[in-house]
Amino acid sequence: MVKITYNAARCKGCHYCVNACPKKCITLSGDTNNAGYETVKFNETECVACGSCYTVCPDYAIVIEKED
Amino acid sequence: MAERAIMKGNEALAEAALRAGCRFFSGYPITPQTEVLEYLSWRMYEVRGHMIQTEDELTGLHMLLGASLGGNRVLSTSSGPGFALFHEGMSYLCGCEIPAVLVDVQRLGAACGGIGVSQGDYEEVVHGGGNGDSQCIVLTPASVQEEVDLVQEAYDLAEKYRNPVIVMTDAIIGQMMEGVTLPDFKEHDINKYDWVYRPLKTNEMGKINAGWPGRSWTEQAKHLREKFASMQQNEQRWENVQVSDADVVCVAYGISSRVCKEAVKKARAKGVKLGLIRLVTAWPFPEKAFAEISKECKGILVVEMSIKGQTVPDVKLATKCGLSVYGYFSVDIVPDADIVVEIAEDIIAGTAQEV
Amino acid sequence: MAAKTFNIPTLMQGLPPHTACQGCGHGIAGRIIYEVIEEMGMSSNCVAFHDLACGANMLFAQKGNGFSGAHGRAIPTATGFKRTRPDMLVFSYAGDGATYSIGMQHTIHTALRNENITAIVVNNTNFGMTGGQMSPATLIGQKTTSSPKGRTAELNGNPIDITEVYSGMKIAYLARGSVDSVANINKTKAYIRKAFEKQMAGCGFSFVEIMAPCPTNWGMTALGSIKRMQDEVLKLYPVGEYIDGGAK
Repeated sequence: MVKITYNAARCKGCHYCVNACPKKCITLSGDTNNAGYETVKFNETECVACGSCYTVCPDYAIVIEKED
Repeated sequence: MAERAIMKGNEALAEAALRAGCRFFSGYPITPQTEVLEYLSWRMYEVRGHMIQTEDELTGLHMLLGASLGGNRVLSTSSGPGFALFHEGMSYLCGCEIPAVLVDVQRLGAACGGIGVSQGDYEEVVHGGGNGDSQCIVLTPASVQEEVDLVQEAYDLAEKYRNPVIVMTDAIIGQMMEGVTLPDFKEHDINKYDWVYRPLKTNEMGKINAGWPGRSWTEQAKHLREKFASMQQNEQRWENVQVSDADVVCVAYGISSRVCKEAVKKARAKGVKLGLIRLVTAWPFPEKAFAEISKECKGILVVEMSIKGQTVPDVKLATKCGLSVYGYFSVDIVPDADIVVEIAEDIIAGTAQEV
Repeated sequence: MAAKTFNIPTLMQGLPPHTACQGCGHGIAGRIIYEVIEEMGMSSNCVAFHDLACGANMLFAQKGNGFSGAHGRAIPTATGFKRTRPDMLVFSYAGDGATYSIGMQHTIHTALRNENITAIVVNNTNFGMTGGQMSPATLIGQKTTSSPKGRTAELNGNPIDITEVYSGMKIAYLARGSVDSVANINKTKAYIRKAFEKQMAGCGFSFVEIMAPCPTNWGMTALGSIKRMQDEVLKLYPVGEYIDGGAK
């Protein structure tokens, strides 16, 4: 099971994660955070915890844990 | 055991820095300072320190800033045009409050000027330490022995105030040989001060220092004003020679002050009451020295090897413009003691021109 | 039990968001540096010497020792520190403006001395903090606020390629990474690791250039700036290891 902790307040809406996800399980949320950036949402069921979104995130908004 | 030697001013200064615990030098050759660099190029390694001949003077300052941040006692030396390149680093040393000892062996004139002796850097060193309210303590030795003594003291002052200290000397003091007593070697512990960067203990936050204060400018200004005021109150150094009864008081530093000392003797021998205030610190300016001047004093004679007479404004401030100030500015020629006495006589006779 | 976790290094945890722009490459570059430091067990035994401006964005994104000195002088400041405390991991962190323009003399002479430090350069082909002026690394044709019609060789000279400058120099390590993709980020992390390991083994000067996007000053969206990196920038400045020297 994959647990993604997304800190939307840190997100600056670059959407590098959306671009990097090989499973296409990150999509735009349609919401904005307090800073005015458009945030994203995660489909944890499809996620394989490859770490791509974490790797490309410049703002440390994503933590991924995979439990066996 | 203190050691007696006959040494060139520049070499004695270098040796004295090592004996004060300096283990890092970074600098660039320039006449008439080069002997410091040459001497340390072999001597520094005998004491297991680091000497780096840098790509320019500016680099030397930033390198020693890093070494000082690590707790080392550091030195860089230059002259005139090279010292001009120190200013960026001086401003950082002041702004980040990092101790360092720097030396300006003054040479002649603006631009390239000449390699001969002169005292034209006073305003630059004393009042122009770098952008943005930076201020260095400035020491002015007048003999090879004093180069040794003041360099030693410079390290203690630099660390006491976390501020750069400049030894402002000149081509003659730097180049001439005199007998000196060298002090014993002091060990400097690089972990002595809290502000020094070092490996962190478990869960200890790292140190962050930068070219801007980690607090509001109001707080920073208060802190620096208090620091500068404390320097001004506690660190004025001078030598008064027969000032209390003098009709004319010379004010001079470095090589010019040695001539003035001779002039005082010559003048006194013929009944002219001449005195001397010799600056040992140019900043803080030794205002306290002027309290000894008598009410009968006819005027102050500033003797300096410069074009503009750069000490004059500070003298006028120190006396609150209460005394007439005269000048003997010899630029590229060492002042003549007999001329000093002649001008003193003119001042007493009321025939001299004020500056 | 968590078998696999992706989380930022301990030294970067619990801090407010850093001050870089949307999509800025500094955030990624800074993070992989501290990942390497943590993996090497050097978190409490390192000092970062930052440049001013965008190079200093990462100074407050971490809790270890950091110093931000004068523009272009991070490399000599790191040198002085490393000579004083040779057991600590010491690196400079600066941009292309600092490293190839105002600080170019240090970039050359530190390599000539083969100084035992690591220089990390984040190259976004312009001066970021001052609003996107031309830097020595700006591409021919690239529009900046000081080359409004695009850089030309005739008017502005040619862009600098550090791998050509250092070619044949006896330094310990030279590599160029990029933060444009997961693959390149992982590669860059490996380069940084190698550079740091060479330093701790006393091999001499190691230099890692990291190509990064600057969407704000390139006048692009964040994703648009990644596309530009892949289409143009990385073609002129290819990723790879260029010098892999042995012991000092």
